[in-house]
Amino acid sequence: MSLYNVQKLLFQLNRDPAVRRRFDDAFETLLADYELTEEEQHALRDPDIGLLYVMGVNGQILMHYAALRGFEWNAYMEAMREGERKYGPVRTGLYTRAQGR
Amino acid sequence: MSLVFAGVCSHAPGITGRRDRADPVVRDAFYSAYDRMRQALEAARPDVLVVVGAEHFANFFMNNMPALCVGMGDHYEGPIEDEAWLGIKHARFPGAPELSMQLIQDMMNDVDLAYAQEWKFDHGIMVPLHFLTPRADLPIIPVNINCQGPPLIPLKRCYDFGRALKRACDARPERIAVIGTGGISHWPATPDSGRINEPWDREFLDKFLGNRREELLAYDDAETWREAGQGGLEIRTFIAVAGAAEGHTGELWFYAPIPIFAVGCTVAVMNL
Repeated sequence: MSLYNVQKLLFQLNRDPAVRRRFDDAFETLLADYELTEEEQHALRDPDIGLLYVMGVNGQILMHYAALRGFEWNAYMEAMREGERKYGPVRTGLYTRAQGR
Repeated sequence: MSLVFAGVCSHAPGITGRRDRADPVVRDAFYSAYDRMRQALEAARPDVLVVVGAEHFANFFMNNMPALCVGMGDHYEGPIEDEAWLGIKHARFPGAPELSMQLIQDMMNDVDLAYAQEWKFDHGIMVPLHFLTPRADLPIIPVNINCQGPPLIPLKRCYDFGRALKRACDARPERIAVIGTGGISHWPATPDSGRINEPWDREFLDKFLGNRREELLAYDDAETWREAGQGGLEIRTFIAVAGAAEGHTGELWFYAPIPIFAVGCTVAVMNL
C-alpha cells in the first residue's frame, strides 16, 4: 500500500499546480501528508531515482519526477540502471516481470 | 454519416521531446508520414476526431481507474507535461460534448463506459495532435483505454468497443474520424527504453492491416509483456480501431524503429 502512496504523491505532483507549489515551498510538510516509509521519504527527498524505480514506481510517473529534479534523459536511464545494480531487481509492480534481459 | 477516416500512429514523447537526437533522415521520413496522415484526415473533412489513446496517469490514477473512458468536455488542454520536456506548446482543443453524450449513450448498449468532462491531454494524445491538428481547431473526443497496468480490459472487448463506436457513428449525421495511438513493442520509461522488437511489430501490423480479428484477439498479455514489453499492452488502441474499421483493411504508411524515440514509429491508415 505504501508504494501506492509514493505513486499518488508523484501523480498529484505531476498534475496539480497547488501540489507543485507545496513541493517547491514546503516539501517536508507535503511528504508528511502521505503515509510513507523512511526509505520512501529518503528516496523522494534525495532524490534516489534508481531506488524509486526498484521500489516499483511506474516509469510513466517516475520519468516526470526525474525531469523535475533535473535528470535529463540519459541521466534518468543511468539512474535506473544504477538503482538495479545497487538495490537489486525491481521489487514489485509493473516491471517485475521478465524484461528479456 | 459514420466514420470518414480511421488510422493509427505512434505517440511516444521522444518523438517530439527528443527530436534533435534522432537520425534526421529517418525522423523526417516519419514526420512526413504524419503529415501525409494530416492531409488525408483533412481531405476526409471530419467534424470531429475521436482519439483512442492510452494515457499515462495524467487524468486517471489507481484510486479510480476506468477500463474505458470517453471524454465529454467542452474543451480540453495539454500537454500536462512540461512543454520543454515534451517539445510541444500548451494548447486548448475544442470538445464536442453533445456528440460525445450521444455516442456514449449509444455505445453503452454494447460496452460499459466511464465518461469525463475534464481531461488534460498527455503525450499520448498531444503528440498525434501536434502533427495532425496543428491549429488545434478540430473538435476532439478523447477515449482512454487503460493500458498502464493490470487488471486490463481483454482484447476482445477493445475490438467490441471499436464495433460499438462504429455503430454509434453510423447513427449520427456528423462526419467522424478516429485514430488509435499507442506503441507496438516498446519498454518505455525503463532501463530498456529504446529496445524494439521489430519482427514482433511487423507480424502484429500484418494482422492489424489485414484486420484479421481472430488473430488479433489471440494475443496473450503475458506473452505480449515478454516479447513486446509493457508498452506492447497498448495494442489495445490499435485493436479498437480495427473493430471500428471491421471489414476493411489498411495500408502501412510508415514503420521504422527509432530507438531514441523508444518505439517502432508507425503511421497506418485503414481503407474505409
